[in-house]
Amino acid sequence: MLQIHNLSAAVADKPILNDLTLTINAGEIHAIMGPNGAGKSTLGYVLGGRPGYEVTGGSVAFNGQDLLALAPHERAAAGLFLGFQYPVEIPGVSFVQFLRESLNAQRRARGEEPLSGGAFLKLAREQAALLRLDMEMLKRPVNVGFSGGEKKRAEMVQMGILDPRLAILDETDSGLDIDALRICGEGINAIMRKPDKAVLLITHYQRLLDYVKPDFVHVLAGGKIIRSGGADLALELEEHGYEPAL
Amino acid sequence: MNDIAPIKDQAARDAAARAADYEHGWSSDIEQEYGPKGLSEDTVRYISAKKDEPEWMLDWRLKAYRHWLTMPTPDWAKLNIPPIDYQAAYYWAAPKTKPKLGSLDEVDPEILRVYAKLGIPLEEQKVLAGVEGARKIAVDAVFDSVSVATTFRKELEAAGVIFRSISEAIREYPDQVRKWLGKVVPMADNYFSALNCAVFSDGTFVYIPEGVRCPMELSTYFRINAENTGQFERTLIVADKGSYVSYLEGCTAPMRDENQLHAAVVELVAMDDAEIKYSTVQNWYPGDAEGKGGIYNFVTKRALCQGKRSKVSWTQVETGSAITWKYPSCVLNGEDSVGEFYSVAVTNNHQQADTGTKMIHNARGTRSTIISKGISAGHSNNTYRGLVRIGAAAEGSRNFTQCDSLLLGADCGAHTVPYIEVRNPSAQIEHEATTSKISDDQMFYAQARGLGMEEAVALIVNGFAKEVLQQLPMEFAVEAQKLLGISLEGSVG
Repeated sequence: MLQIHNLSAAVADKPILNDLTLTINAGEIHAIMGPNGAGKSTLGYVLGGRPGYEVTGGSVAFNGQDLLALAPHERAAAGLFLGFQYPVEIPGVSFVQFLRESLNAQRRARGEEPLSGGAFLKLAREQAALLRLDMEMLKRPVNVGFSGGEKKRAEMVQMGILDPRLAILDETDSGLDIDALRICGEGINAIMRKPDKAVLLITHYQRLLDYVKPDFVHVLAGGKIIRSGGADLALELEEHGYEPAL
Repeated sequence: MNDIAPIKDQAARDAAARAADYEHGWSSDIEQEYGPKGLSEDTVRYISAKKDEPEWMLDWRLKAYRHWLTMPTPDWAKLNIPPIDYQAAYYWAAPKTKPKLGSLDEVDPEILRVYAKLGIPLEEQKVLAGVEGARKIAVDAVFDSVSVATTFRKELEAAGVIFRSISEAIREYPDQVRKWLGKVVPMADNYFSALNCAVFSDGTFVYIPEGVRCPMELSTYFRINAENTGQFERTLIVADKGSYVSYLEGCTAPMRDENQLHAAVVELVAMDDAEIKYSTVQNWYPGDAEGKGGIYNFVTKRALCQGKRSKVSWTQVETGSAITWKYPSCVLNGEDSVGEFYSVAVTNNHQQADTGTKMIHNARGTRSTIISKGISAGHSNNTYRGLVRIGAAAEGSRNFTQCDSLLLGADCGAHTVPYIEVRNPSAQIEHEATTSKISDDQMFYAQARGLGMEEAVALIVNGFAKEVLQQLPMEFAVEAQKLLGISLEGSVG
């Protein structure tokens, strides 16, 4: 599904990613762990197409398409979802309006009929229930006045509504209490653990992986993957820290 | 007026294609009759004669004209106004029609097509036969200098509501018109109001009798079509005791390379317990991306809250015009009367807007609210200018003002110029102001969810303006939302 080949990227002329290579197949869940400043969030932003994150080398193929040639909204329409570490507030725009317009923009780009208001609300209600988020919250402006945990759950509701092929989730577990962590973990499994989908989890800690069991764990340091393994690697890192791996 | 689909004829289609950026940029080949070129006493007499006006009206116009000659052009606004050659323009342009229109059947079908293109339901029958539960809106359509059609007249008359073009009203209800015309905005109030008094050609008169809630929304659509022509309309709305009316106003014009002048005067009067809600979506042609052409929009709008507990609420969405100079105001003379001003002003490319309000508190317990949202893009300049004056008698009066400015890009300007004058120590005044930019974070977040850059801007801008947009009647709110997006096209990227 996703082939990252020798990817290098810089932010404000400072190299962050350095010849990073990673392949993710359909049906797989990958976790990327690593110390602060390793380039984890940069990887998410580069894949999402954030302006200011300049690709200096390498290639990324997403379902056979040159991902790096697409604008951010085209990547979304192609089935890429980016879960934000710090979800952004948009005053005056309700989640319902935001997501309906987003979903229909994606559908138009794919040549599909837009979803009617009624069908959209039904979908939103189902996905909100899955993440145990009160539907009333989705009538409020995007992320305005939401707690950290509510923002992350709302990110997962967005993922459920937009129904992507590949989700890149940047520190979805940060700022979550135990219950919210479990709810988000179960949500990720329900929405994304499917044969035709894949997930890239970016995280500092093992704890989310208790709920979302990864097929592969990678250690990112100095802008490249220095070690890969199975789910056990995360436990090992949890116990001994990153130092021995570096 | 939202999509291209209803446009049937090829000419209109071609015009629509040329006017890709300004949806209403086409002009129509309608047989026009012009008055004398330039401005003189003869022009004033010509207009008055054309309208078959009584002597008092002509005298009033001539007095205004003579006064106007003595007045200097105002230069206090933060606007760069090129000199206007008043002798190069026409002050009277009218479609050649029969002098008196009995019904819509007698209106030039080409004019009806123009309004159909604008999506304005002039054909009453169609509206009446429309979807069940669809809201009826009575329309007065002003085409260049004259009103061409006023709809739903009978139904309104049954409720006692007078809804007439002002020319008709001057002939048919001279006493009512004379009682208030020029009383809210005096003839010599300002340069452009004096000009309007001299040469106004048409407009709308509304009277809502005591205790009547107007059974439908009233609206006027203004269309400037003729070349080199100014439009000077005049609106007078009188809401008698305990009455209510919601009035909508929309404006469009063809794309032309020369600038065209629009100098309107709107006067509102609210008696005891009366309420007037006045909504405007101003979408005059703004000029092209280089700043060529566009309407000069110099408008004086003022409401007299004359009665106790009376209320006037102005809502405006200003997206068009090359220059906008406009301050819809409330004079709160009645005890416990209320004035409100909700405004969204968008400027893009080389547009200039200096707009705001005046809230004049003259009686005890008066309250006013001002919510202004300015959005600047391109090389434009957008100024909020507002006055809150609390007179000595205005015991316990309150004002709340909020002015927010949103900047798109680095070459535009947003300015806030509040004037606050308080002569009564019991008054309570609050003023909040913010200036912000659309953040990169917001843009990327919206794009990452699938919205294109312009869709993202439109969404964020609509969110910014929401407090104002939600004051508009439903149909207008939808239209205004789209308009905000269209007006800002090409402003990012």
